[in-house]
Amino acid sequence: MADLTSNFLGIRSPNPFWLASAPPTDKEYNVRRAFEAGWGGVVWKTLGSEGPPVVNVSGPRYGAIWGADRRLLGLNNIELITDRPLQTNLDEIRRVKKDYPDRAMIISLMVPCDEESWKDILHRIEDTGADGVELNFGCPHGMAERGMGSAVGQVPEYIQMVTEWVKMYSKLPCIVKLTPNITDIRRPAEAAKRGGADAVSLINTINSITSVNIDSFSPEPMIDGKGTHGGYCGPAVKPIALNMVAEIARSPETRGLPISGIGGVTTWRDAVEFMALGASNVQVCTAAMTYGFKIVQEMISGLSQYMDEKGFASVDEIIGRAVPNVTDWQYLNLNYVTKAHIDQDACIKCGRCYAACEDTSHQAIDMGPGRVFTVKDDECVACNLCVNVCPVENCITMVEMPKGATDPRTGRVVADYANWTSHPNNPMSKAAE
Amino acid sequence: MSNSPLTPGVVPGRLPADVLARNFSDHEPPLAAHEARVAADRCYFCHDAPCMTACPTSIDIPLFIRQIATGTPEAAARTILSQNILGGMCARVCPTETLCEEVCVREVAEGKPVEIGRLQRFATDTLMEKGVHPFARAAATGRKVAVVGAGPAGLACAHRLAMKGHDVVIYDARPKAGGLNEYGIAQYKAVGDFAQAEVDWLLRIGGITVKTGMALGREVSLAELQAGHDAVFLGMGLAGVNALRAPGEDLAQVRDAVDFIAELRQAKDKAALPVGRDVVVIGGGMTAVDAAVQSRLLGAETVSIVYRRGQDRMSASGYEQEHATSAGVRIICNAAPVAVHPAGAGVEVEFAYMADGPDGLKPTGETFRLRADQVFKAIGQTLTGAPEGLTVSGGKIAVSGAGRTSVAGVWAGGDCAAGGDDLTVTAVAEGRDAAEDIHATLMAARA
Repeated sequence: MADLTSNFLGIRSPNPFWLASAPPTDKEYNVRRAFEAGWGGVVWKTLGSEGPPVVNVSGPRYGAIWGADRRLLGLNNIELITDRPLQTNLDEIRRVKKDYPDRAMIISLMVPCDEESWKDILHRIEDTGADGVELNFGCPHGMAERGMGSAVGQVPEYIQMVTEWVKMYSKLPCIVKLTPNITDIRRPAEAAKRGGADAVSLINTINSITSVNIDSFSPEPMIDGKGTHGGYCGPAVKPIALNMVAEIARSPETRGLPISGIGGVTTWRDAVEFMALGASNVQVCTAAMTYGFKIVQEMISGLSQYMDEKGFASVDEIIGRAVPNVTDWQYLNLNYVTKAHIDQDACIKCGRCYAACEDTSHQAIDMGPGRVFTVKDDECVACNLCVNVCPVENCITMVEMPKGATDPRTGRVVADYANWTSHPNNPMSKAAE
Repeated sequence: MSNSPLTPGVVPGRLPADVLARNFSDHEPPLAAHEARVAADRCYFCHDAPCMTACPTSIDIPLFIRQIATGTPEAAARTILSQNILGGMCARVCPTETLCEEVCVREVAEGKPVEIGRLQRFATDTLMEKGVHPFARAAATGRKVAVVGAGPAGLACAHRLAMKGHDVVIYDARPKAGGLNEYGIAQYKAVGDFAQAEVDWLLRIGGITVKTGMALGREVSLAELQAGHDAVFLGMGLAGVNALRAPGEDLAQVRDAVDFIAELRQAKDKAALPVGRDVVVIGGGMTAVDAAVQSRLLGAETVSIVYRRGQDRMSASGYEQEHATSAGVRIICNAAPVAVHPAGAGVEVEFAYMADGPDGLKPTGETFRLRADQVFKAIGQTLTGAPEGLTVSGGKIAVSGAGRTSVAGVWAGGDCAAGGDDLTVTAVAEGRDAAEDIHATLMAARA
């Protein structure tokens, strides 16, 4: 079986599957059960300053969207940081870490944006035995209204400033958790790096309203007739998170900055995808909240099988493997020509490809007698929509045209690699002149 | 004291009341709301959907299923009922396995079609339980149409005519409206007196008078109807039953399956219904299956369906055949009745094995006998009492176009008319289309 050992910033864990800072990691009872179930590490639910703890609503904290059979696709929450006394959390962290020395124990922190507050909290956590800190600059609801969480994460200067304080007052590895509620994820990541962060973790949750009750006209989750935006997570946010991770991994300014990948990781495969795009490990929350801690067994077995099949000796071999293949649109090969092909044996004749292409795309599919659907190569622009709407996997595939062949749509011969930067239609073209 | 399946002869109460109640309860329970959403989610919303083409009433199936999936079963019901006003009964009795569900692309792909019939029932039940009748009459035309037969064809025709603003009088020979929906469908397919509830709901369109106990050629003649109305629609079904043409057919133990089924449907107390210990049903259609299965459900010990041709020629679908065999009915094929012999209190039915060759069915020379306390004939119904002057072809009223008979002003549809399968859904389509043609004709005449 493959060696899943993870080493993130010198913090070792038996596997790269950590539980994210969230309700599952709010107390000793949960975290002990998580470690027993096999999780490699946890980021303890965010601690605040000493003093009266925050209070949570006593109505619903979560909203959700579902598939037809109630498969949970996306979850949102308006829960704040831990609402338990600081000392209780500190005592529990110390006890748990002592009993599970091989697991990663990270403490998530969120205190007011002043130097004293950060200095104080860092001092208080010093003797817990924790392996590192994660700065919660991400939560988009509640705490942000008080100038914390994403209110900090949306201002690169604040990120840098606070990170500098943390590095000044603590020797622990510092992970800066980023909010996706920004326009360009590279800016906060650069700020974290400038501030001395050892790593970034992303994404935190996305501002959202999961649904509206169209009888009472209140947003969900609803508290006494009102609702507020909450943080969205779960499978639905994964594509957004993947892109943001990749952007940081491939940016010249932040390349090499370790990343902990978060956002809709539900299966071992999701984890591999995050790692391939540059994450060193992953953090999981919604999947555990949906199915319980046991899912980590599938993640461990799936990753092991994959690594064995690929011959990867270490998870490090996965990290960043797809990053060189993430590029800008302008560098895509405009001479890569494909055509949709429908496997008539696999086709069940539902006609969805036809409806999609005829109504909304390029009228490139013909419907013949007996409901035989065929692609008109002279119309097909290879948009892939038919592939995406076809209910049968691999029934429609995109077949690459060989070099030298003539594309019947354009009448042009398929040529060698060439991209937009040198295209004659590009006014900025740097073509040989 | 009480009887059991082993009690000799033809006796009631072979099974305890709770078992009988279970046996005659909903054959396929309705979908709950969540089940319906999950079932609806399986629909691919096909382009030019094969299911819709296969439906004799051309219900927009992908649309109604999407309406269920999005939480509006009432809108789904309107989609169904606008094409098929008896969509509630059709959802229960349609042989969907040979119509819409047979051609469902998921049947093709996985052998597991979208459950169109059950979804249709979910939609129509939801609307009908709310007591909503979704259609209103157009302005009165002052025209009056006579409809003969309050079965699926007649009801569909009457409803569509009433909707167009015509006044309709339905004449039916039986004491209750509904036709085969009321008298000819197996009990477990239409529980809860659904047929009557549906008729009552349908009549809420208004403008329809139902006169029961009025048979064409008995209480009323075609000439009288023509004289008193602007148009006549004939949808009286097939009241006659084919004969075995075998000696012994007149013995008291030999009955028409349709009578047994009707009796069963009308019986409030199934425990009071006598059934034989050994039952033989002759025929290969749905009537044969319904009679055989219900005999078993009443507690008959052995029930055999005997059909003269091969199993693949049975008009009962594979699904129906499987339903019969899983109820403990034995299906014997390639055997035709030769004679019915008295044997003690019962009879012995003598069958000849048959071979289906290029020259038609021929006896192989081999025979066998089945003991029976009851023999049910289910070898097809025939048209009786067709009014004189109407052209009859192949034993049915000849029609052209949308049910036009050879006599101007007289239309026909359903089982009594030539063409189309003898299915509830086909009868509904024919009644509906004849109504549209009657309407067009009457309006053109007025203009």
